[in-house]
Amino acid sequence: MIAFANVNYFEPWWVQILKSIVIFAVIFAILPILIVYERKLLGRFQGRYGPNRVGPFGLMQPLAEIVKFAMKEPMRPTTSIAYLFRLAPVISIITAVGALAIIPWGDVQHIFGQKVGLYGIDVSIGPLYVFALAGISFYGIMLGGWASGSKYSFLGSMRGAAQLISYEVSQSLSIVGVLITAQTLSLTGIVHAQAGMWFFIPQLAGFLVFLVASFAETNRAPFDLIEADAELVAGYFTEYGGTPFVAYLFAEYANMIVVSGMAVTIFFGGWLLPFGLHPPGWVDPFVVLAKILLVFTFFVWIRATLPRLRYDQLMSFGWKILLPLATLNLLVTAIVVVS
Amino acid sequence: MTPYDVSEDVIEVVRSPSAGPIAGAYRVFGETLRGLKTTFARIVEGPVTIQYPEEKTPVYPRFRGRHRLNRFEDTGLEKCVGCSLCAAACPADCIRVVAAENTPENRISAGERYAAVYEINLSRCIFCGYCEVACPFDAITMGHDYELSDYTRSDLIFTKEMLLAEAIERTPLRREGE
Repeated sequence: MIAFANVNYFEPWWVQILKSIVIFAVIFAILPILIVYERKLLGRFQGRYGPNRVGPFGLMQPLAEIVKFAMKEPMRPTTSIAYLFRLAPVISIITAVGALAIIPWGDVQHIFGQKVGLYGIDVSIGPLYVFALAGISFYGIMLGGWASGSKYSFLGSMRGAAQLISYEVSQSLSIVGVLITAQTLSLTGIVHAQAGMWFFIPQLAGFLVFLVASFAETNRAPFDLIEADAELVAGYFTEYGGTPFVAYLFAEYANMIVVSGMAVTIFFGGWLLPFGLHPPGWVDPFVVLAKILLVFTFFVWIRATLPRLRYDQLMSFGWKILLPLATLNLLVTAIVVVS
Repeated sequence: MTPYDVSEDVIEVVRSPSAGPIAGAYRVFGETLRGLKTTFARIVEGPVTIQYPEEKTPVYPRFRGRHRLNRFEDTGLEKCVGCSLCAAACPADCIRVVAAENTPENRISAGERYAAVYEINLSRCIFCGYCEVACPFDAITMGHDYELSDYTRSDLIFTKEMLLAEAIERTPLRREGE
């Protein structure tokens, strides 16, 4: 069998399982908080409070909503294709959770007398793994829209297909500059390579392209044409209700965490701190989490600011501006690194 | 029949000259930053929401809320003489007045007659204030109360006793010059 990637396993099997469970549990505990955080922040950006009725400061709002969704009757349009309709949100959430494994939360630590890397897995193909899963998660959107048997869902997923494929190219190209500077594809290796200077300074163009492409890849405003609610009701998940809808919602936010985590790892030095600070190892995950939260805040800020693009603008922006910019960035970086 | 000539209907739209790719990109970037600044200023400003059930919008003194029937302050007699002018003026036809004669032993209003039945159907009332204008004795006035929701329609038919009763002033009033 051909090994596609070197995975650095040095922990015993029970540590692997334990840390997977911990990462999964922590992220899925954070997701509802992120949702209410986004809504409250969005409210502040618009001069209002956002949800503040359920529980202290409205923090129980996602709980109330999840209970509401979970108690809904599962419904399916008669025109839909049953097994694809059920399968699509599962694909979305599985790929989102799978991509979470790659984000490095900290360096290798000594816990219980074992060497434990504070990350799900450390593969030698790092970003490619994320892009591969993003490519599969696109099937969640595509099949969901297709199997719904509804025009709005279909239009939404068709837009999604074109948009995700277009922006995936720029997103992948934009980080190649970092990869040839760090000369590794392992995400922990990339973080270690940033000990001197975080990559967003020398790779500013790459970072901007990555950020914009990330907005498109996670279907966030101003690129949320997939679920453009003014035209398409809700796009690909128009026909979904109850728990499958929550699955799509959680997949979207988990994808945002993944993309924010990628941005933090690749451009903002992961768990490293500026000003020569070297906190003990257990602080690392909190540093990464804080940085992810900052990137997420920027996502919300952009959502509160920019109107949705027209579809032809979206396409011409992706192909005529982002892609040449990413290529140029790659070219310049390559010349600088080689010379 | 003359053939349709398209050129007559073509309208030339005058556009400003294009900024070009470089200047256009620069402008887009700058405008995006300006937009970000604008939205961030809203956070600094703070929310302008009025948390309704806890805080209420103060109303102006001339605000037309729920009606009230008035009494003379010195004698305690009702001002309403049952003339039905309010019912006649009402465009929504929501006032019902049945008048009865005052007798020396049962004196209710200051005039000859009084309103034996006085009902306002508040689910129909449009709060135009014509009843207040029509009343020759200032017997009916518009109050400041606007929290009038109820569970059944029949509960919204306010009887004379309810209209005469001292209203619970739940609504804050705007101060002078506010």
